[in-house]
Amino acid sequence: MIGRFPIEAGQVLAFARAIGDRDPQYARVADPGAGDLADVVPPPTYVQASAHFDPEYPLRPKPGTPWFGSGSGPGEAGTETLRMLHAEQHFEYHRPLRVGDVLTAEGHQGDTWERTGRRGGKLTFTELITVYHDAAGDPVVTARAVVAVTEKAPDAKTTAEAE
Amino acid sequence: MSAKSFTPGQVFSTVVVEDLKRTQLVQYAGASGDFNPMHTDEVYAIQVGGFPSLFAHGMLTMAMTGTLTTDTLGVANLTRFGGRFTAQVWPGDTLTATLTVLSVTPGDHGDAVEVEVHTVNQDGVEVFVGTAAAHLA
Repeated sequence: MIGRFPIEAGQVLAFARAIGDRDPQYARVADPGAGDLADVVPPPTYVQASAHFDPEYPLRPKPGTPWFGSGSGPGEAGTETLRMLHAEQHFEYHRPLRVGDVLTAEGHQGDTWERTGRRGGKLTFTELITVYHDAAGDPVVTARAVVAVTEKAPDAKTTAEAE
Repeated sequence: MSAKSFTPGQVFSTVVVEDLKRTQLVQYAGASGDFNPMHTDEVYAIQVGGFPSLFAHGMLTMAMTGTLTTDTLGVANLTRFGGRFTAQVWPGDTLTATLTVLSVTPGDHGDAVEVEVHTVNQDGVEVFVGTAAAHLA
């Protein structure tokens, strides 16, 4: 559950830069003569950045909470992260998302199924569906992720196996 | 937006990243909020993960593929975009995305265009495959 996910021009610019998106509408964000930016449509995977606005999001270091990455030591497996693979991602756009929109997001679990991987390990697939609504309560984007969890930590070959 | 017209079988292709740098993964982590050390922390990826190095977020591969999709169809016209991650993407990889027009269905308010997208690395290994749809007024 994300209570407030504002679509902010600067964050959209940073995201567009990170993915190498050369659409000139993003450069306008840093242009003093650009005027109103409310017609800027973020890249199609932009709702992933809602992670910043999810108070519980586990893959972000938080003050006062141990982080599992390397520091003085190499870090620790600890979480399920090592066994999870992002297998699929699908977005449905009910209308173009725009800078200035303020969204909420609600997620639920869809189907779950199991499969035996090519090398014998069990893979459990789970659908995670997130619907992003605008301030008027209308749906803007529906995101459906399929996550595969392996019995043991994957190695370099497991992603292809999850296919 | 002015009407572009597409024909089934039309193909668009571009290199979406050349010699992928670790710094771009850090850049994507900061922008997306996904700081999974598997994608940002070489020490962790090797010593805890048991991988040869850190590797890219699947969502970065999808997003880079998305740039060809939106450059071709227009980001505001997209109605659907999705696909599967079929192999990992590593630092040093060069990715080429290809979009193929599957169908164009004329309607009262413009064309509905369906496309297939797939992205391969420098060895020709597919890393992402999916579809997208757009409504071109």
